[in-house]
Amino acid sequence: MAADGGQPPSEGMSTTDLDSGPDRRRAGLWFAGTGAALAAWGFAYAWLVPFSEWAAGLLPLEPGSHAHEAVKFFIYDTPKVLLLLTLVVFAMGVVRSFFSPERTRALLAGRREGIGNVAAAGLGVVTPFCSCSAVPLFIGFVSAGVPLGVTFSFLIAAPMVNEIALGLLFALLGWKVALTYLAFGLGIAIVAGWVIGRLKLEPWLEDWVRNVRAGALDLPEGAVTPLDRLKAGLEAVKDIVGRVWMWIIAGIAAGAFIHGYVPSDLLASIMGKDAWWSVPAAVLLGIPMYSNAAGIIPVVEALLGKGAALGTVLAFMMSVIALSLPEMIILRKVLSLKLIAVFVAVVGLGILAVGFLFNLLFV
Amino acid sequence: MKDVKVLGPGCKRCDAAVQMVHDAAARLGIAVQVEKVTDYAAIAGYGIASTPGLVVDGKVVHAGGLPKAEDVSRWLAA
Repeated sequence: MAADGGQPPSEGMSTTDLDSGPDRRRAGLWFAGTGAALAAWGFAYAWLVPFSEWAAGLLPLEPGSHAHEAVKFFIYDTPKVLLLLTLVVFAMGVVRSFFSPERTRALLAGRREGIGNVAAAGLGVVTPFCSCSAVPLFIGFVSAGVPLGVTFSFLIAAPMVNEIALGLLFALLGWKVALTYLAFGLGIAIVAGWVIGRLKLEPWLEDWVRNVRAGALDLPEGAVTPLDRLKAGLEAVKDIVGRVWMWIIAGIAAGAFIHGYVPSDLLASIMGKDAWWSVPAAVLLGIPMYSNAAGIIPVVEALLGKGAALGTVLAFMMSVIALSLPEMIILRKVLSLKLIAVFVAVVGLGILAVGFLFNLLFV
Repeated sequence: MKDVKVLGPGCKRCDAAVQMVHDAAARLGIAVQVEKVTDYAAIAGYGIASTPGLVVDGKVVHAGGLPKAEDVSRWLAA
């Protein structure tokens, strides 16, 4: 196995090979362009509030009316969310260019449970992962000797604690909520994976999965220059922001409706702290629902603004993102129904615990 | 004749990778035979953990995401 965590020696050397004239000038242009884009970003962000107030003032709506409140929410939130998301996705795109599922697997193979679960959850956040790759990744991990529970820690953390969720939480609800979400999301991935590992459920894998013998892989690692990493960041922006912007606008529109029209006392009585049953209800409701973080977080923000309890809302959000029906249908190809049921139960209980804990901790 | 296999369950990127191989081959004037491998067990047998993967003349040269166009040309020309 080539990538046992160490950098192949070619990586450092070959950057100097590329330092010839035209290549260097081209890279310089790229970096200058990115710098200019970042400056433009800062300028746009600084002018966000005056711009949205000005734009909302242009509309023929009575200040203070339901419609005015809803439209103001929409006009302010849409550019703000898109701007912050772009920045976070770019940064994560650059970070992720340092990782690959193959390298992560090499780091995790043969790792003991416990420390392995912690490492898997952490790597799940930074390793590039697409849900269409979930099955090859699962088989690739298990057949290379990554313990089942450790594989699950990775598979739970990767979709739940992703750059879109963190970026949007940070943008809309502040760094405290974002960090708490990160901590609890990792916590659930670690504990749930550990529990699944303890249960020794390997016999519940589909038969053919246990018989797969992964061939040894010796991937030639190409030279990765700083310019490549920059381009990886831009590529991530093009790909992710291009894919989720519709979800975001739909989510913000739903949030704007809640913000403008749904009466506070109604929501507070259903989703407030005093309604203990709202946490399990939120988790159950979230399982069949499928959205990505981009669509759900603006709704979360609006619900919170109307007096819903943070724990209840986060439980709902985690359930929608981490336990999705389409992903389970994909995973059914490698996991038996029993194993999927255990997976849903363990993760669901974890989310439930987080919901109750939040409602207890945050007043 | 280069024997190229594109490993992937049939996502959009896998199709894009197939197209890249055809484009590069046409540009270089190299004859290629491209085969899509969509069976999960077969994909896993090549030892990769992310798709699309690229196999040229039986050797895995790439895994995960779209390869760079210049790399594809290099692998085909090698």
